Amino acid sequence: MQAATDGAACRAAASLGAQDAAVEVLHEPRYLGILSGRRALAASVAVTVLVLIAVVAGGILVEPVAQTTDFAARNLAPSPVHIFGTDWMGRDMLARTLAGLATSVVVGLGAAAASSVIALVLAAAAALGGTRVDAAVAWIIDLVMGIPHIVLLILVSYALGRGTLGVMVGIALTHWPSLARVLRAEILQVRAQPYIACSRALGVRSVRLAVTHMLPHVLPQYLVGLVLLFPHAILHEASITFLGFGLSPEQPAIGVILSEAMGYLTAGAWWLAVFPGVALVVVVLLFDRAAAALRRLITPQEVQL
Amino acid sequence: MADGWIEDRGVANGEAAGDAIAGSPHVCRAAQRSRALPRLLGKLLRFATLMFAVSFVTFLLVSSSPIDPVQANVGQTAYATMTPERRVQLAERWDVGTPVWERYTAWLGDALQGDLGESLRFNAPVVEVVGERFGNSVALLAVSWLLSGVIGFALGVAAGVTRGSLFDRVVRGWCYVLAATPAFWLALVALMVFAVYLGWFPLGFSIPIGASAEVSLATRLHHMVLPALVLSMTGIANVALHTREKTCDVMASPYVRLARARGEGTWAVAVRHGLRNLVLPALTLQFAQVSEIFGGSVLVEQVFSYPGLGQAAVTAGLGGDAPLLVGIALASAALVFAGNALANVLYGVVDPRMRGELTHGA
Repeated sequence: MQAATDGAACRAAASLGAQDAAVEVLHEPRYLGILSGRRALAASVAVTVLVLIAVVAGGILVEPVAQTTDFAARNLAPSPVHIFGTDWMGRDMLARTLAGLATSVVVGLGAAAASSVIALVLAAAAALGGTRVDAAVAWIIDLVMGIPHIVLLILVSYALGRGTLGVMVGIALTHWPSLARVLRAEILQVRAQPYIACSRALGVRSVRLAVTHMLPHVLPQYLVGLVLLFPHAILHEASITFLGFGLSPEQPAIGVILSEAMGYLTAGAWWLAVFPGVALVVVVLLFDRAAAALRRLITPQEVQL
Repeated sequence: MADGWIEDRGVANGEAAGDAIAGSPHVCRAAQRSRALPRLLGKLLRFATLMFAVSFVTFLLVSSSPIDPVQANVGQTAYATMTPERRVQLAERWDVGTPVWERYTAWLGDALQGDLGESLRFNAPVVEVVGERFGNSVALLAVSWLLSGVIGFALGVAAGVTRGSLFDRVVRGWCYVLAATPAFWLALVALMVFAVYLGWFPLGFSIPIGASAEVSLATRLHHMVLPALVLSMTGIANVALHTREKTCDVMASPYVRLARARGEGTWAVAVRHGLRNLVLPALTLQFAQVSEIFGGSVLVEQVFSYPGLGQAAVTAGLGGDAPLLVGIALASAALVFAGNALANVLYGVVDPRMRGELTHGA
């Protein structure tokens, strides 16, 4: 069903299949739309990255605007001047949303990167450090997975006196187990390869072995796992900030904006909640889709599916 | 491939079972032991060590907090105008001076006798507060968990069977969006649309404000509908997408091709040959999601002012109520553990080949 790439016959069959589903064709590649090839996947990843860079840069640039209060323009509904409306202090919600997104993305990226490093270190220790270390790491994973993320985040944030550091450390400490499992399996698989034994027999030192023969194999999985962590990290940052444990109310953050919006629900100020939320969903969705595209790029069999 | 024509059912079943095992590592370890009693003991031991570790870690985290419980509880102005004697008195009540180790061993001694201390915010024993709050939450959690599992599974199977169709694409797109949507925002929007604008549901809380304890079941249900629906949304995407993948695999398998060749229709094949193989991975995932649903309930309960365990966690965290935080962490960890243990039992029910190995006494 899948890997049918040879020649014009198949392409003809594909277009035939796309037009007329009633015709049963063996080895019919599925029509996946315009963005289905490797190149298109790479392009979509690139576009996503550009959009996200634009969001962060824009957010940092408009931060002064986001802080400017104008009490003459309080609680305005969306209009051409204030596309997202204004809040109770007359701040432009578009600027606030952008600044908040930038903060969320930066905090999320930092926390996810730290978390992925924890995952890599523990996975390598578990896979290469012998059975005892392996059991210890498995136990730590069970412990971290045993408490719901949000509860653990609340605890860590509380322990660090709330604030940005609390969120980042909390996310870094809670999000690594799934990636660590993947990486451990990957390292174990690579370690069992004959060429590793061969290199070892030839006298290659273990550090060089790890850097030149193992790292390149684990790196793609690691990078994809890292990108897959981003959406979770951003969502959890927003959630924990919304609850009041994360970034302080003075900082521009989506969680802060939305928790303020809660007070205006019955007052009819729908734009305070809707637009920032939609913007957050779009950014998280972009990350998520980019990660999925990347994963397909590094696993050849999935590109063909 | 050639062998698959004869052994196809078995192979596919094996794959599904293998997936279930790979999904949770301790199942694998449990499967290696063949005797029932040691396995049960091992399970209990695991539970005990986990609870011990959770209590220790949470206690350590809570104790190392720079947040002064006295200030956090009485408020800035009250603290500033307070006499020094009163401050010392309160500090003593909140156990500020004692070292962590002393406090932990004292707490552990009490905890082993079923006393988890006093909640500072609610002025009641932690066990009582957690029990009461959990009682409020349990219906909400159960309904949303079931809904998310059933809807997610149905959508996943339907999308997988009609792979590539418009329906499939809509389900997939919807799931992607759902997975990217924070639960608290969904709750906010639902509250705004259905409670404020349409007025179909009450504005949060589990009973009408000011109402006494005797509230009719219908009123309680009415208050629960919106939070439960929102909470169930958080779990759907994961199960649906995963089940869809599995369904695609099953529908492309040789035994399905054989069934088709015998003349069975697509849906008959999906129901008679697919479902059992698909239920197992979905169950694994759904039980692993107990933790997600609980996490979502913290957010959803906060938005809906629903007086459940999740809201108590936020209150305890913001108010510096250390004993209650530890109690809630323990309760949530026990819930997650129970979910995983229950999953092990259910594997045996769904997959007869795992019955002898996993369910004895488990």
